[in-house]
Amino acid sequence: MYRYDEFDHTLVNERVHQFRDQVERRLSGELTEDQFKPLRLMNGLYLQLHAYMLRVAVPYGTLSSTQMRKLAYVARRYDKGYGHFTTRQNIQFNWPKLEETPDILADLAEVEMHAIQTSGNCIRNTTSDQFAGAAADEIEDPRVYCEIIRQWSTLHPEFTFLPRKFKIAVTGADHDRAAVRVHDIGLQMCRNEAGEVGFEVVVGGGLGRTPVIGQTIREFLPKQHLLSYLEAILRVYNQLGRRDNLYKARIKILVRSEGIESFRNLVEEEWSHIKESALQLPLDEIARIENYFSPPRYERLDDTVRELEVKRFEDRDFASWVRTNVSTHKQPGYAVATISLKPTGKPPGDASAWQMDAVADLAESYSHSEIRVTHEQNLVLAHVKKADLYALWSGLRDVELATPNAGLLSDMIACPGLDYCNLANARSIPVAQRISERFSDLERQHDIGGLKIKISGCINACGHHHVGHIGLLGVDKKGEEFYQITLGGSADENTAIGKIVGPAFSYDDVVDAVEDIVDTYLEYRSDGEEFSDTFRRVGLAPFKEKLYAAH
Amino acid sequence: MPLIKEGVLAEDSWQALADEDELVEGPIVVTLDRWQSEREALLSRNTPIGVRLKSDQTPALLADDLDRFAVVALEFPKFNDGRAYSYARLLRDRYAFKGEVRAVGNVLRDQFLLMQRCGFDAFEVANEAAAAAWEKAISEISVTYQPGADARRPALALRRNRPAA
Amino acid sequence: MTVQILTANRLGDGAVVYRAQAGGWTERLSESLVLVSTEDAAETLAGAETPEASLEIVGPYLMPVDNSDGEIRPVETREFIRAKGPSVAFGNGHQAENTPLSLAG
Repeated sequence: MYRYDEFDHTLVNERVHQFRDQVERRLSGELTEDQFKPLRLMNGLYLQLHAYMLRVAVPYGTLSSTQMRKLAYVARRYDKGYGHFTTRQNIQFNWPKLEETPDILADLAEVEMHAIQTSGNCIRNTTSDQFAGAAADEIEDPRVYCEIIRQWSTLHPEFTFLPRKFKIAVTGADHDRAAVRVHDIGLQMCRNEAGEVGFEVVVGGGLGRTPVIGQTIREFLPKQHLLSYLEAILRVYNQLGRRDNLYKARIKILVRSEGIESFRNLVEEEWSHIKESALQLPLDEIARIENYFSPPRYERLDDTVRELEVKRFEDRDFASWVRTNVSTHKQPGYAVATISLKPTGKPPGDASAWQMDAVADLAESYSHSEIRVTHEQNLVLAHVKKADLYALWSGLRDVELATPNAGLLSDMIACPGLDYCNLANARSIPVAQRISERFSDLERQHDIGGLKIKISGCINACGHHHVGHIGLLGVDKKGEEFYQITLGGSADENTAIGKIVGPAFSYDDVVDAVEDIVDTYLEYRSDGEEFSDTFRRVGLAPFKEKLYAAH
Repeated sequence: MPLIKEGVLAEDSWQALADEDELVEGPIVVTLDRWQSEREALLSRNTPIGVRLKSDQTPALLADDLDRFAVVALEFPKFNDGRAYSYARLLRDRYAFKGEVRAVGNVLRDQFLLMQRCGFDAFEVANEAAAAAWEKAISEISVTYQPGADARRPALALRRNRPAA
Repeated sequence: MTVQILTANRLGDGAVVYRAQAGGWTERLSESLVLVSTEDAAETLAGAETPEASLEIVGPYLMPVDNSDGEIRPVETREFIRAKGPSVAFGNGHQAENTPLSLAG
């Protein structure tokens, strides 16, 4: 993975000093809260319902064991012993003290981490495929370009006060695990007719109040023009994006009002002026960054591993975990292991300090000291020898991280919701907990098959409800929590926005409603169909009938 | 309003005129509207002239006239209205404007560095304390990852020039 | 009867605080100053929006409460949660210092 050189170290350390000074100016009264708020947000420090919240960047979701241990240390030393992994592949600490945040950032800087641009109307953490570098269907490791974008976007002087926040996602694989079509810019690596590798550039996607699927602005962008093209898009957006209405300020609204053709012309015109500028990426710079992401030294192994097969036969729990949480690796004899942060009845995405330490140790023993954070709020060890899977699983089981539910119904996304968040209308976490308890029978979950439930506590859609097979959106009805249900969304390469099924359900009734939806699906599904297939075939009607006849 | 140039408080020889103000002797800064409606009269005065653009007025509107101006003032109605950062880049990079690019409006020390990197070289600030903070504000972060309109060399260029390890 | 109290977050740690009957700020809902008239409420709020107050607290605002039986209770779900802390166990229930914020009152 990427390692800082002297320039990166200097910048992050200077940023810590700068923030320390800003905090001191606030505490001394030199800065008012109105002046300080945007400054703290630029460094990921929010004020939530009960406390400050510090969002630490995990660039494109990749962490070393050393970094994970430091996160565990921060959780213990400055917080209440846990952290929350987010859909943006970042981690949030829910209880830091204002005057201690500069110390937290100084500690994080020691391990090449920071909270730069984890909030504010700027370019946020670039996200990627959690299987990057290990996926069999990958053209190239997308993290090389994520790192290039990370550097270019860090403290970008022109794009620090955009109309609204700006999210970029990159994937190198055919199967889209990074939801690139629902980002402000999505980059899908592809080959042109000459066989050269570049990017399909998608723009104007997003969730939030107005979910929009991004449109292709350029079929093929050569690698060396990546930054100039991004700069052209951002420059057009910075000048023309709406600033009069918070809810219409994202680039998706601009793209829609201009029309993709017209927007493309504006970008291409801008690009023509800067294409050959200092933004052009030298091939040796790409190669330099690529070096950091070169694959680990794989052993030459047989893909069929006898010990594994024996253990699967002997231990049903292990077999069950392998079935859901282990994915194919491009290298024979290796596998990708997903560590579920969704134990039954627990807050999705939370990990306690001792669990973080344990994962750091296990990654060190079995996966080249590297950990991924997924946008579905799980962790991944990307390069595990199949022969080590049983030992890994045993280690995970010891720290209650071996829940065999990756991709199943209880592997839900949920935002922090009204239990923590200042913007939320309704709670998300307890709804997720109650659903996972209702479906705690894993056999039943296996029978239901792959199903994505996504829960947001408000219209800002941090829980990605629009693209859940079943999406739940918390709304406030006269001071009470209600949940609007959408069906048929999808975040992968077949991106779809879910359709609202009907009137919202109360906090008490929403779990029954989810169960009714699942039952209806089981009733209607044909052999081999997943939820989306059945939904596309039968439409909303049978679900509506079941839900509103029964309630 | 105190004016910072080259890092210190400077005498401001320019008078900013509102549209209803009478023309005065000496260097003046006028609005885009006034420039467009009184262009010939303003040019015939033969005194230095500047123009002030609101945050929804791109310098592209003046592309053909830019060599007539010694100052282009770009407004920040709020510090977080970032359009003028792009306008400054266009003035410097696209139009090769060599005159003064002045930040006016809600201009705060925490943004000095960003503004300077985008090509601003004059800053109207609310009070003189901001000038005292100048040096620290622009030197707090010494590393830059992007090419800008200033003289700083991005990390990429510095990395390529260092002796091989 | 619906009356109001003044709430904010403490500058240093962001904790939920209420304007106390005894002056200053308190973490206990039961110790908060109950504001019956809109004039009193406006005046108390104004007193918390000064530069001096901003050295202690952030974002003061008035919130409705019910004190009909003598006990001060929030009216809105959000304020219940602010008063009691998250309604869920956190950190998978394993964090060392999981001291649930005490229910004020």
